[in-house]
Amino acid sequence: MKADLLARLQAAQAAKQPVALVTRLTDGLQLLWPQDEAPAPLVEAARTALQEDAAQNVEYEGAAWFVHPHNPPLRLIIVGAVHIAQALVPMAQPLGFAVTVVDPRRAWATADRFPGITLIHEWTDDAMAQLAPDSRTAVVTLTHDPKLDDPALDVSLKSAAFYIGALGSRRTHAKRLERLAALGHPPEALALIKSPVGLDIAAVTAAEIGLSIIAEIVAVRRGAALGTRARTPVAA
Amino acid sequence: MSELSEDILATAAAWRAAGEDVALATVVQTWGSSPRPPGSRLAMTASGKLAGSVSGGCIEGAVADAARQTMASGTPQVLDFGVTDERAWEVGLACGGKVKVFVEKLA
Repeated sequence: MKADLLARLQAAQAAKQPVALVTRLTDGLQLLWPQDEAPAPLVEAARTALQEDAAQNVEYEGAAWFVHPHNPPLRLIIVGAVHIAQALVPMAQPLGFAVTVVDPRRAWATADRFPGITLIHEWTDDAMAQLAPDSRTAVVTLTHDPKLDDPALDVSLKSAAFYIGALGSRRTHAKRLERLAALGHPPEALALIKSPVGLDIAAVTAAEIGLSIIAEIVAVRRGAALGTRARTPVAA
Repeated sequence: MSELSEDILATAAAWRAAGEDVALATVVQTWGSSPRPPGSRLAMTASGKLAGSVSGGCIEGAVADAARQTMASGTPQVLDFGVTDERAWEVGLACGGKVKVFVEKLA
């Protein structure tokens, strides 16, 4: 790899631009798509690689090519700068998530409690609208306060977020579903909310709950059966 | 799939900037059971520094040998490791899978 191509690849990553590194394996010729022009079959492979976040192998003009997607990091948006959030953040980062914590309560969302993390102090619906969750974003609400959690869930349910989780007991969640239904969300959308949040590992401490949440997010992202488990029907 | 791959690239770039000879190895294809998916990277220096991985540790030694050649010659290589490959038995690809690795010099 040439130094200037590596520099361009790093610059694209720093700017959070999705790029595909396309390599002819026979001689190491490389280009970076979409910055560099490429023949149609390689462009198609690059699109697929980025969309599916999976490397592609292509034969083109008698040579083997490797198409290596470099997508921006996954995002985890945590609503509620609470103790569980403090436990969750350092687990999510090495798994490749860029973490943002949203909490209008400035006493909670402080740089002391969340060193190096993007903190947003706006009201949760405004914050979520700005953050615009996409298909590479997970959202988890942890405030326990409907005034803060509900607007965030409302925005998230209208987004392409691949994971939406909400902390709270079954009773709390049943009431939450009623409120969100009243906002016009159909039952099939509401069924996507993971609550009780996290894999059932009988978590007790904040760290254990953080672990169960991040494990569930990974399970959903990877399509594991654990991530699609049916929830116990909520009693009315 | 690109978890922390930017860190490996940044590490490689930093080594290069410090004047080291650097090679990058990338898993380009796997068959059957293999521990690291396509796109996984290993950065190496001629002085023996390593960052990242292309397997669970079973082929890194052989990849490093090839990388030293590539650092010296500048010519990239494609390495195949698998149960049908005698070399894989030598280096011990215990998982029973097959893996193809591209090795290039960071010029």
